[in-house]
Amino acid sequence: MSGQGLRLSRRRFLQVLAGTAGALVVGIRIADAADAPLPPALLGDNLYNLGAYVRIDADGNVLIGARDPDTGTGVATALPRIIADELDADWNRVDVVPLGLGVDNDNGKPRWAYGRQLGGSGGSIPAAWNDLRQVGAVARWLLLQAAARRLGVPASRLRCDAGTVIAPDGRRFGYGSLAADASKIALPASVPPLKNATDYKLIGQSAGDVDARAIVTGQARYAIDHHYGDALVAVLAHCPWPDGTLARIDTTDTLAVQGVLKVVQLKPESGQPPGNTVIAPAVAVLAENTWAALQGRAKLKLEWKPGASGSENSVTLEQQALALLADEKTGPTARVRNDGDVDAAGRKAARRLDATYIQPWLAHATAEPMNCLVRLDKDRASLVVPTQAPQKAWAVVQRLTGLAPDRIDIRVPRVGGGYGRRLDHDYVAEAVMLAKAVNKPVRLLWTREQDFGHDYYRAGSVHRISAIIDRRRQLLAWNQRMASASALVRRGVPDDRLWTSELQVDQLPAALVPNYRSDWYALQSAIPRGPARGMPHLSNAFAVESFIDEIAHQMREDPLKTRLRILGEPRQLPLGSGNTLDTSRLANVLKLVADRIEWKNWLRTVNGLGIACWHIDGAYVAHAIEAAMQGEQLVIQRVVCAVDVGRVINPLGLQGQVAGATLDALSIALNAAITIKGGQVQQRSYKDYPLASMAQLPNDVEVITVADDRAPAGASFLAMPTAAPALANAVFRASAVRVRRLPLMKELLRLL
Amino acid sequence: MAPVQAQVLPTGQESGIVAEKVRDGIDLEVNGEHFRHTGDPQLPLLWYLRDVLRLTGTKYGGEAGEGGADLVLIDGKAVSAITVPIARLAGKAVTTVEGLAANDGSLHPLQQAFIDEDAIGCGYCTPGWLIAGVDLLRRKPHPSDGDIDQLPNLCRCGCQARVRRAIKRAAAGKAGQP
Repeated sequence: MSGQGLRLSRRRFLQVLAGTAGALVVGIRIADAADAPLPPALLGDNLYNLGAYVRIDADGNVLIGARDPDTGTGVATALPRIIADELDADWNRVDVVPLGLGVDNDNGKPRWAYGRQLGGSGGSIPAAWNDLRQVGAVARWLLLQAAARRLGVPASRLRCDAGTVIAPDGRRFGYGSLAADASKIALPASVPPLKNATDYKLIGQSAGDVDARAIVTGQARYAIDHHYGDALVAVLAHCPWPDGTLARIDTTDTLAVQGVLKVVQLKPESGQPPGNTVIAPAVAVLAENTWAALQGRAKLKLEWKPGASGSENSVTLEQQALALLADEKTGPTARVRNDGDVDAAGRKAARRLDATYIQPWLAHATAEPMNCLVRLDKDRASLVVPTQAPQKAWAVVQRLTGLAPDRIDIRVPRVGGGYGRRLDHDYVAEAVMLAKAVNKPVRLLWTREQDFGHDYYRAGSVHRISAIIDRRRQLLAWNQRMASASALVRRGVPDDRLWTSELQVDQLPAALVPNYRSDWYALQSAIPRGPARGMPHLSNAFAVESFIDEIAHQMREDPLKTRLRILGEPRQLPLGSGNTLDTSRLANVLKLVADRIEWKNWLRTVNGLGIACWHIDGAYVAHAIEAAMQGEQLVIQRVVCAVDVGRVINPLGLQGQVAGATLDALSIALNAAITIKGGQVQQRSYKDYPLASMAQLPNDVEVITVADDRAPAGASFLAMPTAAPALANAVFRASAVRVRRLPLMKELLRLL
Repeated sequence: MAPVQAQVLPTGQESGIVAEKVRDGIDLEVNGEHFRHTGDPQLPLLWYLRDVLRLTGTKYGGEAGEGGADLVLIDGKAVSAITVPIARLAGKAVTTVEGLAANDGSLHPLQQAFIDEDAIGCGYCTPGWLIAGVDLLRRKPHPSDGDIDQLPNLCRCGCQARVRRAIKRAAAGKAGQP
């Protein structure tokens, strides 16, 4: 039962091995030692134990593993289809299984059996395009060799279609009948050539979510739905201040609740970065069931004392930001980009325009609250974790248990929303600490008010932008200054890189304006902050794309024309990230949304039309929105979004992501704001942090996808940044009110 | 309500009928099955479904049922399961998302329409949308956009437009059609 290895690159090779009952199993592994022996568990029936992606069974069923957590991004559908296409599998015979964390023990260090495992960062499909196609290609090659031997014909004369090998004379062999033979064939010396795009059968074709039936029947089990028979339910009361302390505790009434077994105190471990340990001091109530635990928590008598953060207010932070930016002589914390000479350009200004944009703190507000199921045995930890980054969750468990790398089993079922919140694993640390404390399995559940009150928030920001326009209406200089509290403080990032969570060097209109400067000013805050969906694009796109509209208005020009003029001739501009900005692709998405929404009516229509565009890592997006005021009510009548992400893997999935990101961004921009008073977050429920209702949102989002054959770029949050500025620009046309502060509805009603 | 006084009448041994006292507890029906709950009558239905019956399709959304992830049908009407103590369910019929499909596994038209329209983001709030949608279609077999606007559900994945299409598809009798 020895496996065979094929070197793909220095660190990567494929493995092929015989599974049980004549199955063919093909995987891809990152390994330091190419000839590392395969653990016998790889041959088990359970794909969770397989460091492999594809299993073809003798009956023709194909099992494909999905490595990246699916938080609603559709990767559990898209990634397996990338493999299945190269394999020429019959999609109707494919079952998809979430792989969970793949980790081996490499002399005490973890070796990630599936390579990259990360969800919701926009990188899943680009990464899969690079390596997962090879898995399908090797499996297909082996099946072809097996058929060739059986028929006595060269493999080059055979072809594959929907799970069968077809001979020149028309004879057909199902993959299942070839699996056992294929598993005994020696691997090719190099990876077989990948398909030509013209031969794609699944890539570029729409497929519904693989979990759809399980979800609509209530059978899909999220981490929160998992049980171990003897697990205690844990609910927490967190200190309102992350740096506060517990002054007094009385658990008498709590322990009197039937079913409550224990009360345990938790504290953040000093020296651990945010997201690796408990988010704030907490008291946990452990009980036989959820109801008992909740009742017990309600009866806790706790007195918390604030720490230094107890004096913090979001209003004060905003005033600090405004003060920092008011004086142009104040030097920035970081000069992010400096092209040409902004100051010199300013001295020969024909016209100068200034504006300040203010955006609030935001919460993640995931649908599924934080939770974690953990069982600690003597030499093994078993967890079910709703995470976007199982390898990071592993690191937390390993540190707290000291177990060998491969003794930690982390399952990751479908996740009820991530948005960056689940790149942090404070809740995993809590669950493991509690399981250690009570020596029993623990099922940790956060309630909604904790999710709102104890998040790693997206910090608010203030942008001050000035533009210099010459006599020929050319944008001569752009001077952008942003103040915010970095999401990267205490996260192992050097001080001179803290701005990277707030800005990117290539963001529009960088590279398009001869004199361009982008400065960042650091604000200090003790309120926890962390990664958030759309960061660092969301806040910058709102400021920049609103400001370009203001420039157009000042010049009495159609804002679409202004944008196209700034983009200029079709050309490729090198970007700092290594990508290029293709101005024609950006202009194309702009024109597509403009045509669809009938932009030619921009001046005449009584409704407001607004437009915005952006680019992220080689992907392009534009929104056009039609809005109207009905009294004090804002009605979003039409929303059109065009995206160019290179090759589209699953058009239906992409449309869903684009429409979803659009509505999410509108929902946040319309209403959402986290406020801090006395160091405490004031929002406790959806009532205080109102996501938009069905009625507030547009009835439809018209999505246009550009056909392109370049390697696919990520799309999970591509459509977020332009939605809010396109809306604000439409509102300006509809109401003559320029909204420079979010949330939009509150500001609009104040200014109307 | 005064406790029911049951008088146990003697029966002849040959009848085979064994006398039994009226038991304590609350009888309720969940997805067509009968259950008797003898524990805390204040136990919210949500935790009864999830912790006791292990019917985990109904999701926890918030302490007051915000967002609609915990909607169930009680005698056909959509209600937030966390707000209803078991005590109020005596003799009532509860339908959860697991009970929407027929016993032979064939889906409710709205379930099929959600699949047809791929009206699914992360899927966590989907059961709540389905319950609210089934309730709406019962009251208004051909709901207007304004009717659909009244649904109480929230969705951070931004599935609202696809959900709207799915409800209209089901109402038009086109679930399962291309």
